[in-house]
Amino acid sequence: MHKEFLMGNEAIALGAIAAGINLAAGYPGTPSTEVLETVAKRNPGGIHVEWSVNEKAAMEVAAGAAYSGARTLVTMKQVGLNVASDPLMSLEYIGVKGGMVIMVADDPGPISSQTEQDTRSFASFSKLPLFDPSSVSEAYTMIQDAFGLSERIKSPVFFRATTRVDHGYEAIDVKDTGEYNTNTPEGFIKDSSKWVIFPRLSVKNHALIEKRNAELSDELSSYPGNTVKAGDGKYPRLGIASHGVNWGYTLDALGGRLPRLLKIATPFPFPEKLAVEFLTDLDEVLCVEELDPVIERALTYVCGKYGLKVNIRGKLTGDIPPAGENNVDIVKAAVNRFLGETAEDDAKLPEPPPLPVRPPVLCAGCPHRASFYAVKQAMKGQKTVYCGDIGCYTLGNAQPLDMCDTCLCMGAGINIAQGIYHIEPDTKCFAFVGDSTFFASGITGVVNAFYNQADLTLIVLDNSTTAMTGHQPHPGTGVTAMGQIVEKVSTEAVLRAIGLTTVETVDPLDHKPAVETVKRAAAQPGVKAVIFRSPCVAVTKPKGRSKVNADKCVGCRRCIKELGCPGLTFRDGKAVIDDSLCTGCTLCEQICPVSAISGGEKNA
Amino acid sequence: MRKNIILCGVGGQGTVLASKLAAAAAMNRGFGVKTAETIGMAQRGGSVFSHLRIGDDIASPLIAKGQADLIIGFEPAETVRMLPYLKKGGSAVVSSRPIMPVSASIGASVYPLGEIMDYLKSRVENLTIVDSDRAAADLGSDRVLNVVLLGAAVRTGELGVTEEDVMEAIHQRLAEKFHALNEKALMYTADK
Repeated sequence: MHKEFLMGNEAIALGAIAAGINLAAGYPGTPSTEVLETVAKRNPGGIHVEWSVNEKAAMEVAAGAAYSGARTLVTMKQVGLNVASDPLMSLEYIGVKGGMVIMVADDPGPISSQTEQDTRSFASFSKLPLFDPSSVSEAYTMIQDAFGLSERIKSPVFFRATTRVDHGYEAIDVKDTGEYNTNTPEGFIKDSSKWVIFPRLSVKNHALIEKRNAELSDELSSYPGNTVKAGDGKYPRLGIASHGVNWGYTLDALGGRLPRLLKIATPFPFPEKLAVEFLTDLDEVLCVEELDPVIERALTYVCGKYGLKVNIRGKLTGDIPPAGENNVDIVKAAVNRFLGETAEDDAKLPEPPPLPVRPPVLCAGCPHRASFYAVKQAMKGQKTVYCGDIGCYTLGNAQPLDMCDTCLCMGAGINIAQGIYHIEPDTKCFAFVGDSTFFASGITGVVNAFYNQADLTLIVLDNSTTAMTGHQPHPGTGVTAMGQIVEKVSTEAVLRAIGLTTVETVDPLDHKPAVETVKRAAAQPGVKAVIFRSPCVAVTKPKGRSKVNADKCVGCRRCIKELGCPGLTFRDGKAVIDDSLCTGCTLCEQICPVSAISGGEKNA
Repeated sequence: MRKNIILCGVGGQGTVLASKLAAAAAMNRGFGVKTAETIGMAQRGGSVFSHLRIGDDIASPLIAKGQADLIIGFEPAETVRMLPYLKKGGSAVVSSRPIMPVSASIGASVYPLGEIMDYLKSRVENLTIVDSDRAAADLGSDRVLNVVLLGAAVRTGELGVTEEDVMEAIHQRLAEKFHALNEKALMYTADK
């Protein structure tokens, strides 16, 4: 053992490596991404690590390997689980041979997601056991327990952590390389009565799964992660139940006060026996939870089942906020109300002066800005709808660009644009999709639109990376998660193979040609594509930065008001470029009406 | 010892690195450390923060309002935004340089710098204002403001670590070619 200062996701990865995984697959998504990155970085040698094209592919790759006796890890964010749910819901009935852990990162808030879905609820829906760690150190040991359980019950299990565990840092004890478990897969043994899903197999295995989960509920009542902490006698009839990082918030909020406490690390199968022990002789219980009221519902059910007269409180009773991320302050207020105690007076600060709003924006020099601006200029005066998608380019919705009219989920923009076209054929419909999103779930959308006779313009924003999640490679980059150089999958070739005849590629930072290309493409009938190709500024080095010639600048603010680049500000009647932000993209130079800006040299 | 520190600023300013250096310095002293920070969409020029908790028996990585011993503010308005976390009598180290958000540049929101600085001066008992423009000019680099602020924070005594501890952390965590500049930044104080 040795000590390391680790991010939760790094600890999860090191735990999985220590458990002897043979394969890890995933798709990037905040807050899950660092798990797979760390497996790749700390790979002791024999682990196949891959960024799959999407979560469904990752789940299937991991399942195949686990059929062959490998220990496998799959990583994704909560909305990625929706993509992977098709193979998962069937895999539940088939099971695995080697241990298979599905690591899902949930995002209360949500901070970087579309939904506040709770994978704990998905666990009961899919009937798969779930581990919910409360800290970085617990995550490290618990992921190893998860592999043990999975292999023993021959079923995939969930390992769910939330943002504050995934992205929290802690100094923890981790195993040395010599202490790692090793697993030598037996290989795939043919047996069609086991590996081929048919209705009669499903019903047989369904019954076994229900029986297994009932047994697991008993067994998990003595799992060390699930605990009852006795109270100090001051609140003999009150109890608090919690989970995950909320367990820490609860302890901090209690600040030494000690009613009876219940910590739930395996919300499914719910440890009923332990819950009965906790509930006995209590009058009231507060459930401190994030996302769904999973523990609250389970305890309410246990009370009914065992005839216990305990008032279960939480989200459903309005004691805990129904939505959003919790924090120590929210939990403190709820705990104090529950214990009938008042908090020490918060020294209220006087109203601060008005503060500027500071939402995230496209980086200075981001090629997406140029792409959006080119389309905006090209389509000026026409009736248009701009369907966006998931990635940095969702930020194209902000003023002054205002170029994202819809955004739903990965790859959805293409067929949403198609749907709008069928109802509003006189509207010029555009779908913007990033390069990684195109491969993840855009291609089927293009096939659908092409086959079903849509009229729309597809804009592929190709910055040669998966930028939003921290620059992971994808099939179009020609690099794998393990750093291998491989043949690139060509976006142009894919689009042409589908049947598109207009597929034009242009550098969005060449403003005039970019505008002309969009005009030309949009005028064609059917589905046509423009690929805007320019690398993400976060992975390239600027060559020369733009400067404003103050003598020439007339202070018209056109650059600022048209582009909304964070590198451009206005001071003393002139535009000013922040040298530390400018990447020399030259877009402002190209639109300045008096040619007052020069010196930029864009990335190759 | 138990210290609660908040670092705040604008995505891209290096708050995360500063938080990691401070955490490593505290670990080198043998203290327990927990941190939480903004990663993801908000990093793109949005408001960002790190919670850094040093000491043992810390249950959660987030600091409650009114409990921070120190705020390291990389930007004046962002510091005001996080001020409710500062305890009574707490300290703040603040960069003097405002970063204009796009919303303010295009006139969709305001940035009253004078009022913001006055508010900080009147509300923070132990306030250190770092003249970032001058520091950048003196150091010949715009890229080490995070370590300049960290150095000023160490000298408030509220971090519970010494300049040497942070120096060691710089050596552990940064590539060698960056050591000299970061050491200079750490020790930087403007000549009076």
